[in-house]
Amino acid sequence: MIVRILNEGQWHLTDDAVRGLNSFDDAVEQAVASGDQEQLTKALHTLLDRIRTTGTRLPDDSLEDSDLILPDADSTLEEMRQLLSESEEGLIPG
Amino acid sequence: MSGILQRISMIFRAKTDKALDKLEDPRQTLDYSYQRQLELLQKVRRGVADVATSRKRIELQANQLNTQADKLTMQAQRALEVGREDLAREALTRRSGIQQQLSDLQVQHAQLQSEEEKLTRASQRLQAKVDAFRTRKETIKATYSAAEAQTRINEAFSGISEEMGDVGLAIQRAEDKTAQMQARAGAIDELLASGALEDPTGTAKDDITLELEQLASTSDVENELARMKASLGPGSAAAPQAIEGQQASPGAQQPPGQAPQPPSQAAPPPSLNAQTPQEYQAPPKQDQEAPPAQPQGDLR
Repeated sequence: MIVRILNEGQWHLTDDAVRGLNSFDDAVEQAVASGDQEQLTKALHTLLDRIRTTGTRLPDDSLEDSDLILPDADSTLEEMRQLLSESEEGLIPG
Repeated sequence: MSGILQRISMIFRAKTDKALDKLEDPRQTLDYSYQRQLELLQKVRRGVADVATSRKRIELQANQLNTQADKLTMQAQRALEVGREDLAREALTRRSGIQQQLSDLQVQHAQLQSEEEKLTRASQRLQAKVDAFRTRKETIKATYSAAEAQTRINEAFSGISEEMGDVGLAIQRAEDKTAQMQARAGAIDELLASGALEDPTGTAKDDITLELEQLASTSDVENELARMKASLGPGSAAAPQAIEGQQASPGAQQPPGQAPQPPSQAAPPPSLNAQTPQEYQAPPKQDQEAPPAQPQGDLR
């Protein structure tokens, strides 16, 4: 499975490694729901560290689709909300 | 994984699909997309340059603030030397205000630097992917049948679209942050220009400097006076002589900068020294009478 961390690049993860990520996703979701920036930053850092350590980085010139896209480690609540409420414009140019 | 991260992934995919649907001719898809990639690459490079400019501006401001802080430290020291603890305290208080501004700038500087690094990396990634896409595009055009090409094109296109979306977000974020920084940098520029940073109360223009200058000029005058007295030699009676008669001791001609220039020196025109007033006035009279006489003498 290929995972993209926004602003960083793509990693290849085994299925096992991906299964271990579910709990982190919940932590991120909770943080966004409760509007807790500190918790969000912490949850994102833990999640992304895990991906960086368990995954293999894809070379820059690989043209592969990601199965999962994760926000930047320093994302603010505002940016997360914006990301989630993105409509058709803006995100993908072209 | 069906939570928030999945949602983010779906947003990206939905956009890619939508963009693909707009274009039906495979060739057009490839060329159009490549064109967009090059444009985006240009935009990222401009973004890097913009962030670098903002960063440099902050560095300049930090330098200016540092100079101010140093100046205030020196002022405090001078104030203490002349026994004005109140002035020294005031100077140090202002310096601590400036140091707060400085540490604020350092945070901003670190943020901009990290944005710059991220964008630089993004630019490299996108460049690599654009190159890969161009190669892939040529291969697809040359090798595959129309039906097969469509699948290959979709693969290549969605791979790079995702990167473009990511980079697009990074640029947007960098632009937002740079705009914020520029607004704050502008405020600091104004503060620096108005001199208000030197005087947070805004009531006077750097009164510490004024007061210290006054103190300094008073003591300078005293010092100068003492020096002049010393240079005039032991007898204080020498002074009047030196002022009236210009040919006094050479030492007396040294301090003319401070000493009031004796009126006797200013009154006679520069030709002066040996000439008496009479001798001095005489030549013009002769000149006036001479012209009529000379031509006659010449002719005869």
